[in-house]
Amino acid sequence: MKKGHVPSHDTLRAPRGPGTRPVQHVAVAPATVRFAGWGFRHASRRAWAVRDVDLAVLPGERVLLTGASGAGKSTLLRALGGLLEPESGDVAGELTVDGAVPDRRRQRVGMVFQDPDSQLVMTRAGDDVAFGLENTGTPPPLIWSAVDTALDAVGFTLGRDRATAALSGGQKQRLVLAGALAPRPGLLLLDEPTAQLDPEGAALVRAAVVRAVADRSTTLVVVDHDVEAWLPLVDRVVELRPGGGAVEHPAGWRPAPLRLPQRHPHPPGEQLLAAVGAGYTHRGGDRPALAPTDVALRAGRTLAVTGPNGTGKSTLALLLAGLRAPTVGQVVAGSALTAGLRHPDRPPARWRAGELARRIGTVFQQPEHQFLTGRVRDELSLGPLRSGAGAAEAHATAEALLDRLGLTPLADANPFTLSGGQQRRLSVATALATRPRVLVLDEPTFGQDRKTWAELVALLAEQQDDERALCLVTHDAAVVAALADDVLTLGRPVGVG
Amino acid sequence: MSAPLSLGPARSVPLSAVNPVAQLTAVVVVTVVLLICGDLVTPLVVLAAELALLPAAGLTRPADVARRTWPLLLSALGITWVNVAFGSLEGAAAWQSGATWGVRVIALALPGVLLVASTDPVRLADALTLHWRVSTRFGYGALAALRLVPLLATEWESIRLARRARGVDAGLDPVAGARLLAGTAFTLLVGALRRATRLATAMDARGFDSGVARTNARGSVLRPRDGWFVAGAVAVCTVAVTASVLTGAWHPVFS
Repeated sequence: MKKGHVPSHDTLRAPRGPGTRPVQHVAVAPATVRFAGWGFRHASRRAWAVRDVDLAVLPGERVLLTGASGAGKSTLLRALGGLLEPESGDVAGELTVDGAVPDRRRQRVGMVFQDPDSQLVMTRAGDDVAFGLENTGTPPPLIWSAVDTALDAVGFTLGRDRATAALSGGQKQRLVLAGALAPRPGLLLLDEPTAQLDPEGAALVRAAVVRAVADRSTTLVVVDHDVEAWLPLVDRVVELRPGGGAVEHPAGWRPAPLRLPQRHPHPPGEQLLAAVGAGYTHRGGDRPALAPTDVALRAGRTLAVTGPNGTGKSTLALLLAGLRAPTVGQVVAGSALTAGLRHPDRPPARWRAGELARRIGTVFQQPEHQFLTGRVRDELSLGPLRSGAGAAEAHATAEALLDRLGLTPLADANPFTLSGGQQRRLSVATALATRPRVLVLDEPTFGQDRKTWAELVALLAEQQDDERALCLVTHDAAVVAALADDVLTLGRPVGVG
Repeated sequence: MSAPLSLGPARSVPLSAVNPVAQLTAVVVVTVVLLICGDLVTPLVVLAAELALLPAAGLTRPADVARRTWPLLLSALGITWVNVAFGSLEGAAAWQSGATWGVRVIALALPGVLLVASTDPVRLADALTLHWRVSTRFGYGALAALRLVPLLATEWESIRLARRARGVDAGLDPVAGARLLAGTAFTLLVGALRRATRLATAMDARGFDSGVARTNARGSVLRPRDGWFVAGAVAVCTVAVTASVLTGAWHPVFS
């Protein structure tokens, strides 16, 4: 945070001298952006995060910025928003917003980031939208009409007094967008605004963006992996190259189709795990988080669990993974899974953790929750060591997985410093390290770029060939099409295949 | 989510009509008097007045009162018991000393319960920054951070489950249990710090604390009734101390 920052004069501050009427928000002109040989290197790094970017964005244009993870898209967007501290790294070339360095144009810029929960400040919807206006010193009489205009611009109809904590992810993100729009920015920057939302929420946010920028009163730069979804909304697509430079794709460009792995469908193998009328109600909850459900996992088969939010998909995953005990019904493990257990008659939720990890592997939505050590290599050998393998065997397993997943160059890196895609691959690898027969994955492709997506799908297809049973909880229709043998749609159970 | 933690807009109750800074002033008055007095009569009179305010704070059903005050009642009981069991006094004197401590603790803490039950966190931040010149950076920064507290409980649970999925549990070994707890707490802390950093960046991007004089959309008005509320608190304390002196119980702690 910068103290003593001098605001530029073309801001929204209404003159407050005697005799001057508070000025209504004048239509603010959309901003011009110019990169000339621009680059940035973080202070502690040897490699440039972004370099050699030449790009001009004209007032009112809508640009989608893509590129593989780690190509520096977010760094570039932060620089545009004036959020990169000069002392946090080295800058090359030039970057201007309306002819001045972004730091002097911060009040011209509105930004929306990924995670709605870490962007909302206030407890009520209207107060939150007003927050940015208060910060720019807007006179109170003008604030509420600007708030209503912004809420209307994004199509938020739940009212100013709605509690922000009770909103869905899509609605929260819509509100964040209204907050960014309320001070009438000339430049709107969106940093993967839909990456943490389900498809409905993402569609809601994109629709709000369309509405908000319809009059071209603001220049728009969007960073997102989901290129196809944004294509109809933008004028230009610019791709950042990992080695440096930015290329513009010609009009009518489409991303290359996703590479799908070769499938070898398996006949249903033996039943490894089944939910029998299994349901779950939170303690003190009045409604079940998961209605009683019947489903079976068989060797070599993949079950996809889909359905709208709030039907208990993740809860079902936790029950099958032996991490929670169902409050009604039961989860039953087959004899192939219970072999070697000290108490084979007990349900998975009562197995010892070491026994569980060797039989059922789980990959959570947030990879970093699962990391327990300070090195990628240790992370992979930990599971085998914990479940009774010798040091030599654990080491060999870790090396083989590192090699298979292309993580060998990062073997000594701290798991928390990896990119999102690398963390995701590592979390799948840690679950595979104990060679479980059953693999339960919660939204494995959430927010991944196309390259990581293809790698993950290929890796999971291999697990099917190894006669493992997979359970995928996912909103991603492409992953269902690529991998699933059976589909369970919660809300209305339907068997397929 | 448990009620004391979740930070949503507070329900509007009759006591909400009193400005939060007036409520805080009353709390300070009551606290000073109760810290000085060492007898049983003063806190009893103050406590009676506080109990009379419970309905105004929307706490009419015994279940609501219990939900908000059980940790307080438990600690008051504990303090009473410790004084009776381990104090230097014997018999009735021990019981009186214990009861004095217990009643004092309740009378001291109950204003806080009333404040929390009747004050919207945003209104409190508004009042503090506008009337008491608390820095907006602190006031709204704390508000934004508090909003994230309920997320920690959800996160704790998922970290715990993720560890079990990785084959890590303590079984019956207390040392392993303590290590597991420490590890889970550390992961939670790392996550909380990362989220706090994201929050700070987002607030920065919205022009928070950028050197421009901040305005306030809601405002915070001090009315005559706020003065009357503070005067009421002073009056209750005066009555309490007078009653105490008249009954001969008055016994300030520093004498």
